[in-house]
Amino acid sequence: MLEVKGLRAGYGQVEVLRGIDLDVAEGEIVALLGANGAGKSTLNNNLSGIYRPFAGSVRFAGEEIAGWPSPRIVEAGLIQVPEGRRVFPNLSVLENLELGSYRRGRPRRQANLERALAVFPRLRQRLQQKAGTLSGGEQQMLAIGRGLMAEPRLLVLDEPSLGLSPLLVDEMFELVRRINGEGLTVILVEQNVMQSLTIAHRAYVLENGRISLSGPAAALLERPELRRSYLGV
Amino acid sequence: MVELQILLPAILNGLTTGAVYALIALGLTLIYGVLHIINFAHGSLLMLAMYAVFFLHAGLGIDPYLALPVVVPGFFALGYLLQRGVIARASHGRDENILLVTLGVSIVIENLARYFWRSDTRTIETPYSFETVDLGVAFIAVPKVVAFAGALLVTLALWWVMSRTDLGRAIRALAKERQGARLVGIDVDHIFAMSFGIGTACVAAAACLLLPSFYVSPGVGHTFVLIAFTVVVLGGMGSFAGALIGGLIIGVTESLCGLYLGESLGQIGIFLIFIAILLFRPTGLLGHRA
Repeated sequence: MLEVKGLRAGYGQVEVLRGIDLDVAEGEIVALLGANGAGKSTLNNNLSGIYRPFAGSVRFAGEEIAGWPSPRIVEAGLIQVPEGRRVFPNLSVLENLELGSYRRGRPRRQANLERALAVFPRLRQRLQQKAGTLSGGEQQMLAIGRGLMAEPRLLVLDEPSLGLSPLLVDEMFELVRRINGEGLTVILVEQNVMQSLTIAHRAYVLENGRISLSGPAAALLERPELRRSYLGV
Repeated sequence: MVELQILLPAILNGLTTGAVYALIALGLTLIYGVLHIINFAHGSLLMLAMYAVFFLHAGLGIDPYLALPVVVPGFFALGYLLQRGVIARASHGRDENILLVTLGVSIVIENLARYFWRSDTRTIETPYSFETVDLGVAFIAVPKVVAFAGALLVTLALWWVMSRTDLGRAIRALAKERQGARLVGIDVDHIFAMSFGIGTACVAAAACLLLPSFYVSPGVGHTFVLIAFTVVVLGGMGSFAGALIGGLIIGVTESLCGLYLGESLGQIGIFLIFIAILLFRPTGLLGHRA
């Protein structure tokens, strides 16, 4: 579904990603792991067309999307739920969800709204409330709900567990597993290595702009270098 | 104490002027709210629209009110292209540059107007220019009543667009969260230009409503835009309801000050309000802390 080859990207003169190769097959959860500053968000924002890659190829659903503007990438069905949620604080929860289908999925907005609210029943009581007044966990639900409104073919979740209480973190990972179980392909970008590897099929570890490790999640859990770097054991 | 027979007409007249101020301020506050810039070209665009209305009347005999369906879409397109083709291009995305570019645009428009149309003030005469409506408590000039109703209708239409359509939601979303807006597939440059276009369409509507009772000259924009700034600050930067209420308050204040202090000093009240707002409530009546 997604095939990235030799992707180089960065900001201005600074190259952050120095040749990334990765692929995601339909129906998978692929975890993208790495410490702060490894280049995870840079990769996401290049996939989503917020920035233009310096070089390399990004094939999504059979099309070369590297360099496409973000509206076109959204239209193709690659949807990112960004780090820090980025919900519209001045709009109601309902309006946030509606805007999720601004570019894609608009004809089935009502049905998708019901589906998103079935996934996040807590949002239903908050529909008329301004998104800025929600708690962090609720905002994260809203951000994912907004992403689901666009009928994603590939959902990129950037640090969905960041800033949530441990209980909510568990809930979030369980939720990712559930929506994947319903057939949605997911890239899970996380610092929470242990839990990500538990639900992911495969994983890539990003270090200094390069993929340093990759493979089936279960196998990676056993790798001593990963355990040393991220789990402290 | 002035009698009620004089006071009421003054208040009503103030409300009619205030509604037009509100309309102009609405465009200004929309552009400020979304693009985070003060549009210095707002007054010049108003002037340009007033000339458009004037020449449509002088050349083709089109009534100012009937010019609305031509002038408003035309100026919407002009605003859209101005933002997309000139302001966005020349400012390289830096707010302080945008400010200077709009100032530059206004100087260019104004001096072109001086060059082509000279500095004389021009007025048009319509059959209803001097007609009045008996409102029971006062006689109000027909053009003022129409301007009041028209300004409120346009405000209502704008409110509907902003709250009930995806375009309006996208504009408001973009005002606060650009990254999030990009990620739901909102074309940022397009929506910026749409906002500028709608803001410009507001002054075009104001021009059609003003001209039956007001003059046009190359400098006429200043008269209104300075007041519109005050309205925006009074109502709260970026607040639509604030612009409407602020406009009406300013209109009535100007009218009452004119009544008590004399016509030429009417604007003193406006600037006293402006100073008081800055001193005691810098966020404006309905504004939020930044």
